[in-house]
Amino acid sequence: MTAVTTTAPPVAARRVGPGAAGRQTLTLAWRSLVQIKHNPWELLDLSIQPIMFLLLFTYVFGGAISGSTGDYLQFALPGLLVQNALFYTLSTAIGLNTDITKGVFDRLRSLPIARVAPLAGRVLADTFKQVWAFALLVGFGMVLGFRVTTSAAGLLGALALLVVVALAMSWMSVLIGLKASNPEKVQMFSFSVMMPLTFTSSALVPSATFPSWLQAWSDVNPVTHLADAIRGLLIGGEVAGPMLVSLLWSAGFTVVFAPLAIRVFRNHI
Amino acid sequence: MRYAIEAEGLVKHYGDTKALDGVDLVVPPGRLLGVLGPNGAGKTTAVRILATLLAPDAGRATVLGFDVRREAHQVRSFIGLTGQYAAVDEMLTGVENLMMIGRLLGMSRAEARARATALLERFALTEAGGRAAKTYSGGMRRRLDLAASLVGRPQVLFLDEPTTGLDPRSRTELWAVVRGLMADGVTVLLTTQYLEEADQLADDIVVFDHGRVIASGTSDQLKATTGAQVLEVRPLSADHLELVAKVVSDVIETAPETVGGVVTAAVHDPSVVPAVVRRLDDLGVVASELTLRKSTLDEVFLALTGHRAEETTADDTKPEEALV
Repeated sequence: MTAVTTTAPPVAARRVGPGAAGRQTLTLAWRSLVQIKHNPWELLDLSIQPIMFLLLFTYVFGGAISGSTGDYLQFALPGLLVQNALFYTLSTAIGLNTDITKGVFDRLRSLPIARVAPLAGRVLADTFKQVWAFALLVGFGMVLGFRVTTSAAGLLGALALLVVVALAMSWMSVLIGLKASNPEKVQMFSFSVMMPLTFTSSALVPSATFPSWLQAWSDVNPVTHLADAIRGLLIGGEVAGPMLVSLLWSAGFTVVFAPLAIRVFRNHI
Repeated sequence: MRYAIEAEGLVKHYGDTKALDGVDLVVPPGRLLGVLGPNGAGKTTAVRILATLLAPDAGRATVLGFDVRREAHQVRSFIGLTGQYAAVDEMLTGVENLMMIGRLLGMSRAEARARATALLERFALTEAGGRAAKTYSGGMRRRLDLAASLVGRPQVLFLDEPTTGLDPRSRTELWAVVRGLMADGVTVLLTTQYLEEADQLADDIVVFDHGRVIASGTSDQLKATTGAQVLEVRPLSADHLELVAKVVSDVIETAPETVGGVVTAAVHDPSVVPAVVRRLDDLGVVASELTLRKSTLDEVFLALTGHRAEETTADDTKPEEALV
């Protein structure tokens, strides 16, 4: 400790420069990723769960839905990618909420760092995890027989679209994370909203067999459009239409939830 | 700059609840101010405002001359904050927690590691440094939390109930650390529900109740404001309690309190003691204990607020035990 003899006000920078803000964001992203090292459950959540879904859907439902597991895998993998990406966007909310309830968020806010760094760092780390889960699912799917029939550009396009959608959704996730009273509530939200949303879309089964009212819902369900776009990018089919709809939804999500999240973030606590 | 911390007329509402209702306080550089008060008195709200985490509805505050609203970033450069619950990342190791803060404060990797190592050693956490913080005991977490708030070598430290929930040994250890910081010249604002803690550590004390400062001064000054001294008489035979109470009441001309076999009364004039002794002697009452002592902060608090500072979980007939 240094001795303090303050008679005149000490000198300090008035604000954080963009370079420093970037470094702080990276440090906090690093922190989110290092957490995995000490918490194998998160790795399980991030890796084993998508693979489990992939195996279950392919081998349990595949034959019944598509006649053969190979055909179903080819159809369902893009949908599983979508499902996994959407589920995972809520991990931003869970992580943020845990920080708030544990007091870590206050500690970070009391430091002379960019206000945006705690949020940006977390979202950056979660984006990295999204990429990891995407690579893992596609890689494991290929081991089981999935083939990208379009091109490498299609594969990268699918990843890019999922990241864009996930980023747009992370505004909602941030809002939930700031508002929820505890992380368990976030988990419940994730289960009771995301699950029905993905299951009533064309992500996992062709919607042609749905009753007409469900089909009508499925046609407007944003998950359907996203799943169709990813499917088109990976195994061919219409891309432009569903992709445009997905991007519009993302823009809409951002326009609605970004200002709300920022307002709550500013006024919070 | 006369004061390291200065607050004027701080007001904060949460809906209809007034968490702070016009709080003024000052802390000269290098001193420790104890903010004493029960749960819900507004202590944490005041700390959050001073540490730039919360905007007051009215009033102003400066830390080292910087306004906590308009110059929040500068304020943050000089403060450390340790909250009620240990705000460490449980998933990270002790070293990683401290290195993260060092890196956020702009240190190089090597600097951050050196600082982390030094702090862990200072807080007797060197051996645990490589383990995830979730494996730490409550006392260890609290020490890591305090270490985290010291990474940036703060000149002003906010300790919000740093020993709440700690066992007596960990509490004493933490007090030693706080004394060490004061020796380094750090200005400290410490909130506590424990009267003993304020008595032990604080240069000056302010007493909060219902969002207001209801008293301030040194520990001795506070004790002097409310009747200075306390007379305690314990008759050998419990049958004489009423008689003793009557004698004391006659001599000091106010009704004493009879709790747990002891008659207790606030005394302004020590000369009443011989009078009480004479009267008891005349009546043939033997006292097994007769003392004149300074009032405790607990009694001061009771006199000031009409209720005790600490919620006693045990029965209220033994209020002294709540102090220990």
